[in-house]
Amino acid sequence: MPKKDSNTVIQLSHIVKRFFVGKPNELEILHGIDLEVKEGEFLSIVGESGSGKSTLMNIIGALDKPTEGGYILDGTDVCRAKDKKLSEIRNQKIGFVFQTYNLVARSTALSNVELPMLYAGISKQERHARAKELLEMVGMGERMTHKSDELSGGQKQRVAIARAMANNPSIILADEPTGSLDSKTGRVIMDIFHRLHHEEGKTIVFITHSPELAKETQRIVTLSDGMIADERKGDRVC
Amino acid sequence: MLIWENIRLAFSSLLASKMRALLTMLGIIIGIGSVIAIMTISSSLTNAVSTSFQEMGANNVTVGLKERSEDSTSTRSGMNFGSSNKTASMEESDRITEDMIDALKTQMKDQIDAVAISESLGSGTIKDGSDYANIAVEGVNEDYFASKKLKLLEGRHIKAADLSGSKNVIMVSDKVVENMFEGDKSKALSEKINVNINSEYYSYYIVGIYKYEETGFSSSTEEDVTTSAYIPLTTAKEQARADEGYSQFTVVTSTDVSDVSAFADSIETFFLPYYMGNKDYQITTTTMESMTESMGDMIRTVTIAIAFIAGISLLVGGIGVMNIMLVSITERTREIGTRKALGAKNSSIKLQFITESVILCLVGGIFGIILGFTLGAVAATLLGYTAAVPFTAILVAVGFSMMIGIFFGYYPANKAAKLHPIDALRYE
Ligand SMILES: Nc1ncnc2c1ncn2[C@@H]1O[C@H](COP(=O)(O)OP(=O)(O)OP(=O)(O)O)[C@@H](O)[C@H]1O
Ligand SMILES: [Mg+2]
Repeated sequence: MPKKDSNTVIQLSHIVKRFFVGKPNELEILHGIDLEVKEGEFLSIVGESGSGKSTLMNIIGALDKPTEGGYILDGTDVCRAKDKKLSEIRNQKIGFVFQTYNLVARSTALSNVELPMLYAGISKQERHARAKELLEMVGMGERMTHKSDELSGGQKQRVAIARAMANNPSIILADEPTGSLDSKTGRVIMDIFHRLHHEEGKTIVFITHSPELAKETQRIVTLSDGMIADERKGDRVC
Repeated sequence: MLIWENIRLAFSSLLASKMRALLTMLGIIIGIGSVIAIMTISSSLTNAVSTSFQEMGANNVTVGLKERSEDSTSTRSGMNFGSSNKTASMEESDRITEDMIDALKTQMKDQIDAVAISESLGSGTIKDGSDYANIAVEGVNEDYFASKKLKLLEGRHIKAADLSGSKNVIMVSDKVVENMFEGDKSKALSEKINVNINSEYYSYYIVGIYKYEETGFSSSTEEDVTTSAYIPLTTAKEQARADEGYSQFTVVTSTDVSDVSAFADSIETFFLPYYMGNKDYQITTTTMESMTESMGDMIRTVTIAIAFIAGISLLVGGIGVMNIMLVSITERTREIGTRKALGAKNSSIKLQFITESVILCLVGGIFGIILGFTLGAVAATLLGYTAAVPFTAILVAVGFSMMIGIFFGYYPANKAAKLHPIDALRYE
């Protein structure tokens, strides 16, 4: 549970997202979402397929802009930010973990983790040292020089988490990170998230289809048809 | 820093699909290769021409008759007289007289070292049993050898007494001696040879043997090569039953003259009064400098024309590069989305793909340069020239292939940069 004095890092107010599919049709996916996430909070978003979880997550991650509504991320008005500023936000403040890993093909685990630091303009030695450290943290120290296509799903996801942590962002966004993994591997990944939350104090927004995993977080938001249908506390206390 | 990373990335992506990269580069390789090959041949040729012209004498000014044309300009753009002395319309009164030359010599005696006059008798064959040699017989005056430096191997030049007596003496090349006398020069000296020129037989006694220097222009085989042979000018005049006077002569300027072109102009001015009233002919001068220049211009024009055509294949190559870049970007849409999600700016994405396209073209260009130079050098050597490296062309080629990479890579790279991150990430 967020402490009383902690800051709000994510503030969504009345977010509406519409997609234009063909000229006359407008598809409204999110119908006015209000959500606040405090610093250091571990939040999960659940809901049935097509309810708009990923759409919401993309807006939170500054990958997409809402059609209507306001979004303040750590003091920055995302809705009014230019492309360049959005890149900077994604680079510095947010770490993404995708269901499909999205590692850069033909690149080693090490250069994948170095990538966000490369775009941040960090020197080669520093990049290298930090990437090694992160890969060791997720238990991939042995396979740093392996190409991404030589890794198993669970291994790829661990590399992806290390990559999300590269620029030490305050927020980690994970869209079904265990969705493509068996439950045992999913458990390993989930434990890494717990560690990031507990030891590194990261704010984590976590989309999942698994009610058990959702229960492990501090707060569970249920989306239904583009609206927040339910909000409840999870089992995790701090 | 990002640029090095991009270059590394570009190479690794090219190496990942070697066949595709090679096929794409082929257009660039062929384009750059053919341009460089042509440039190599051309600069070898230009070198050969200018050295052989320089050997002929940088201090020489050739003075000749030139037909007046409608838009007659009196510039000394070389190579455009010489054929005029064969036109039927040239009358004896049009020709340059001995008196004019004497007057010129007196007026400009400080600047003129010698006046070389030559008149061609024609090309013919010396025959003796199965032995034969091709020669071009030229009647020359005593001063001729001041304008044309020949290396005398045996005997002597044509001298004043030969001219005054119209003697039947000849100076031949060592090639002739090789063909006719098994190379025995002392035996050849003072031998009589029979020359068949346009089915007329002329007999001469060999008085001198000079060393034949291969020029850049010769293309016949060793055996058949036609070498010059020199006889007294007076003898040639008699045998050709030619008119008095000359259609051209060569002035050897003294070393005091620093500006040969300006001196050539003053010779033209000297002749102005003589030819003022002549409707058909005027005097024009040619210096080696202007000959080399105009020859160089000619070669350059032809080269540029051919290179331009070859350059069209570069355009095709460039389109191939653009095509493959578009394919590669479509294939890597998700990667682009991922990079954007990780904080890549549009400009970083653009730079990444432009770098890739530039590297593709540059590697192709370098292969093309190597291929083109090799082919050009082989061709130049086969044609009998020393292969010259066309440095400027190589620099231009490197620059040009980079430009092709930028030009044809820009549109695909820009397309990639503008991709919406979500659309790119959702791409299947
Ligand atoms: N770019 C788009 N254009 C049109 N419709 C879209 C677009 N993106 C998403 N949608 C629609 O929005 C709805 C919500 O999609 P979203 O991906 O957010 O669902 P989700 O809750 O993440 O589902 P899942 O659990 O299956 O991942 C879907 O009906 C989808 O078809
Ligand atoms: Mg989803």
